[in-house]
Amino acid sequence: MQQFVNVTLTGLISGSVYAAFALALVLIWRSTRIVNFAQGSMAAATSFIALALIQAGQSYWLALVVALASGFVIGAVIERVVIRPVEGGPELNAVIVTLGLFVAIQALIAIVFGSSFESFPAPFGLRGFTVGETTIALTPNSIYVLVAVVLTMAGLIALFRFTRLGLAMRASAFGQEVARLLGVRVGRMLTLGWALAAVVGSLSGLLIAGGGLVYPAYMDALIVFGFVAAVLGGLDSPVGAVVGGLTIGLALSYVSAYLDPALVNLAALVILMVVLLVRPGGLFASSTARRA
Amino acid sequence: MTQPNGASLSKGATAASAAGSAATGAAGGARTAAPVLEVEGLSAAYGPVRALDGVSLQAEAGRITAVLGANGAGKTTLLRTISGLVRPTAGRVVLGGEDVTRAQVEAMVTKGMSHVPEGRGVIAELTVDENLRVGSLFRGKVGKDEFDRVYDFFPRLVERRDNPAHTLSGGERQMLVIGRALLAQPRLLLLDEPSLGLAPRIVAQIFALLRNLVDSEGLSVLLVEQNARSALSVADVGVVLNLGRVVVTDEAHRLAGDEELRHAYLGF
Repeated sequence: MQQFVNVTLTGLISGSVYAAFALALVLIWRSTRIVNFAQGSMAAATSFIALALIQAGQSYWLALVVALASGFVIGAVIERVVIRPVEGGPELNAVIVTLGLFVAIQALIAIVFGSSFESFPAPFGLRGFTVGETTIALTPNSIYVLVAVVLTMAGLIALFRFTRLGLAMRASAFGQEVARLLGVRVGRMLTLGWALAAVVGSLSGLLIAGGGLVYPAYMDALIVFGFVAAVLGGLDSPVGAVVGGLTIGLALSYVSAYLDPALVNLAALVILMVVLLVRPGGLFASSTARRA
Repeated sequence: MTQPNGASLSKGATAASAAGSAATGAAGGARTAAPVLEVEGLSAAYGPVRALDGVSLQAEAGRITAVLGANGAGKTTLLRTISGLVRPTAGRVVLGGEDVTRAQVEAMVTKGMSHVPEGRGVIAELTVDENLRVGSLFRGKVGKDEFDRVYDFFPRLVERRDNPAHTLSGGERQMLVIGRALLAQPRLLLLDEPSLGLAPRIVAQIFALLRNLVDSEGLSVLLVEQNARSALSVADVGVVLNLGRVVVTDEAHRLAGDEELRHAYLGF
């Protein structure tokens, strides 16, 4: 029983990070119909910026803010410079471009920051709370991770539901041409969408890095898990991304604990295959096809 | 009485007729009003295929101008070129005296032109209310009374307010896009095939509403329609397009009475 609780907690916490990463993928897919395979590398780049600041003696919080801000800039610049020319073109072009970015950014990180393993500090303690006699797999840092993800989700929901900017972004994502005819600066909204997605992706990178090791390719596993989570949720649905992320987190945690930790990556791909075979639209696919 | 259309009305019309059209809305009369929109020698092409070939026409203030013609005559391309979605290869588009040929699509609505594209143009994932709000976004804060006015025009939309637009019927979608366009407070409304796929009863309703808006609000409408009979029954002026060229421009009732023309180009 105690093991089950611990495994579940671990799964929920890593699942919340997968959810954030999946949400970043969904934000971009919804607005530009592009799967951003470079999301992980972009996040890794911002983690290394944060690490450089921390190693230079700055606080974790300043490093966090700078990393998220640089994520925003990186996302906006990549959309304007590299993605804009392939938007609306054949899908394969965009796939090749983001795959190219994925490799290029990782190489750039290695050139600038080196390719060795570095430990990344956690802002809060990594020792589990004790309940009665036993220590559970819930640490102050994992509570921080959960709170950060929940706050980010709430912020995004508030932005999209209640603000004029969010409405303009949704209109641009769902009806580019109509939105332009209604006077919405669609190009700007798409840039902003990429920038916001990059911030959320960066946050998930920083959260997963906390208390662990970082190296240029440390986000690769998260790309796979986050992508599976996004597909599970239907790629189009932010709620689906969150539920998908938590589901993948739990499933992989159970696989790791009760089967074999070596099977985790395989399990993620099996889940992806089953979803694509059984419900290719994802769990949250809207039943109505879009009519222009 | 101040002229709602500003400078555009003084152009090409006597002050008396301009004031008259503003006051009465020029309800189908034969008098000439000032053009809100002037299209001069407009040509456009999709690759090697020429879709518009030197089209010239005007949309007069406070009147409904119907552009008619068969499928492929260039009607939709004409509207898309006017609003900047398609770049012309030659010619000019002048809106209220201002040359807007090279203006950005997003800027047209701020200049007083609302384009409702073919196929209803609702944003299916957004609710009815959100669709309306998108229509007024560029104006900054817009009073609730303006939304209430749209809901007064289209009471059917009130009960569907918080439903996603993809749940609406075809007629409701058409009401929504016209209501949304009105929130932009346009001088000129471009409507692409509003009758498409609608039952005749609904078409009549929509056209009656349009007539009412034009007469009571002084709106000008450039309407593109394949359904020439319905369009000519509501329009003041008709322009017949064939293979990208204007065949004839005349008062709507005269076009409707010209049997030869009807058989040749309008199919009724």
